[in-house]
Amino acid sequence: MSGAAKDIEEIVREHAFFEGLLEPFGKLISGCAKNVHFQPGEYLFHEGDAADQFYLIRQGCVALEIKAPGRGAITFQTVREDEVVGVEWLIPPYRWSYDARAAEFTRAIAMDGACLRRKCEADHDLGYEVMKRFMPVLIQRLQAAQMQILDVYGEQA
Amino acid sequence: MWTLEIEPDGPASAAAAPGQFNMLTAFGVGEAAISLSGDPAEPGRLVHTIRAVGPVSHALAQLRPGAALGLRGPFGAGWPMAEAAGRDVVIMAGGLGLAPLRPAIYRLLAERARYGQVQVLYGARSPADILFRRELESWRRRLDVEIEVTVDHAAVSDWRGHVGVVTTLLGRAAFDPANTVALVCGPEIMMRFCAAALGDAGVKAEAIHLSMERNMKCAIGLCGHCQFGPVFICRDGPVFRYDQVAGLLRHKEL
Ligand SMILES: Cc1cc2nc3c(=O)[nH]c(=O)nc-3n(C[C@H](O)[C@H](O)[C@H](O)COP(=O)(O)OP(=O)(O)OC[C@H]3O[C@@H](n4cnc5c(N)ncnc54)[C@H](O)[C@@H]3O)c2cc1C
Ligand code: FES
Repeated sequence: MSGAAKDIEEIVREHAFFEGLLEPFGKLISGCAKNVHFQPGEYLFHEGDAADQFYLIRQGCVALEIKAPGRGAITFQTVREDEVVGVEWLIPPYRWSYDARAAEFTRAIAMDGACLRRKCEADHDLGYEVMKRFMPVLIQRLQAAQMQILDVYGEQA
Repeated sequence: MWTLEIEPDGPASAAAAPGQFNMLTAFGVGEAAISLSGDPAEPGRLVHTIRAVGPVSHALAQLRPGAALGLRGPFGAGWPMAEAAGRDVVIMAGGLGLAPLRPAIYRLLAERARYGQVQVLYGARSPADILFRRELESWRRRLDVEIEVTVDHAAVSDWRGHVGVVTTLLGRAAFDPANTVALVCGPEIMMRFCAAALGDAGVKAEAIHLSMERNMKCAIGLCGHCQFGPVFICRDGPVFRYDQVAGLLRHKEL
């Protein structure tokens, strides 16, 4: 194993999202990982693209956006270091439903979704571990969406 | 949103504590409870921030400089500033809820050495809805206080800050949950979510304080208009400890 491969395993296991991950899982997961970075304004992906990755943010800020007719692009969430971008790789049809843009210079670990799905399918213990970590992200997004839909700070709230 | 500054005409009312409110009368229309939102170190300036939602608030918001209005107060139990001394303070405000907290922030900053970490976490609907924006920006330049603002949504062109619900800011805030006092004000749903998130972070219910709103009439604990379960908001609040109101907050019809 090269030094670089070991580094990425360390980075993955030290990221808040994978805090406390058992070593064998860390090895399996980081086999699907690579280091990436984005310049301010650069897009990680666009709505409609195949969601074949997710991103562990190590530094910077990613804005998740939806284009609204007549209103331009609306940011509905920002994601910062220690957080994760993307759950769509986990669920068919594996397609992004929004754009993700680096709002600042951003460093991340990009995870190959197809690679990790294969490993989760082959080893359900790993699959459950990954699910347990993604489920809270989904629930938080759902709760945030509830609050946004209720428009709690609006005139009628 | 309008900010109204009132000069007493006649005997000045007692100095208000952060979190207290006045009853303001728009003559010929009616009376409404409005929190003080100014600096408690300047008791001669009665500052109120008003959102026009109905007849009274509309009439108050339309007053021109020099116009007269009625005022009684200050009323109610405010923020537990004495209890906060020596401890970390986490302020969570949503929307107009920043107004009743502003006097507490002034007080914290004026007596900065008395407190531990001070965190102000503010959620607004959109960048255009951010209250007291210039002040927030000037507080942010201080090195001894953390001010974080998030909005529910923003046009890409006019916002470079956080987007997301206010509770997401809590995870990044530095404070010792065992030795923290939390002051929360905003729409009730937002306060319930904040109290839950503070609880998850390890802050005890007794250390979380919320400012409640119900329609008021007498404001002195006589008419029962503001009754909320066994308590009267005007007399026993508007600021309550979360453990005292948590059960009531779950009942939809109260
Ligand atoms: C302790 C306390 C402190 C308050 N502080 C402030 C303050 O600093 N600034 C301020 O603007 N208001 C404040 N309020 C709220 C204010 O007293 C009420 O909104 C009041 O009912 C306004 O009277 P109105 O005649 O304008 O509207 P109403 O005729 O009473 O209400 C008109 C419509 O607005 C809705 N409504 C009532 N209150 C609100 C609200 N808070 N938000 C959104 N919709 C509402 C009602 O459901 C109704 O549909 C406070 C209330 C309390 C109890
Ligand atoms: S307003 Fe009358 S009892 Fe509170």
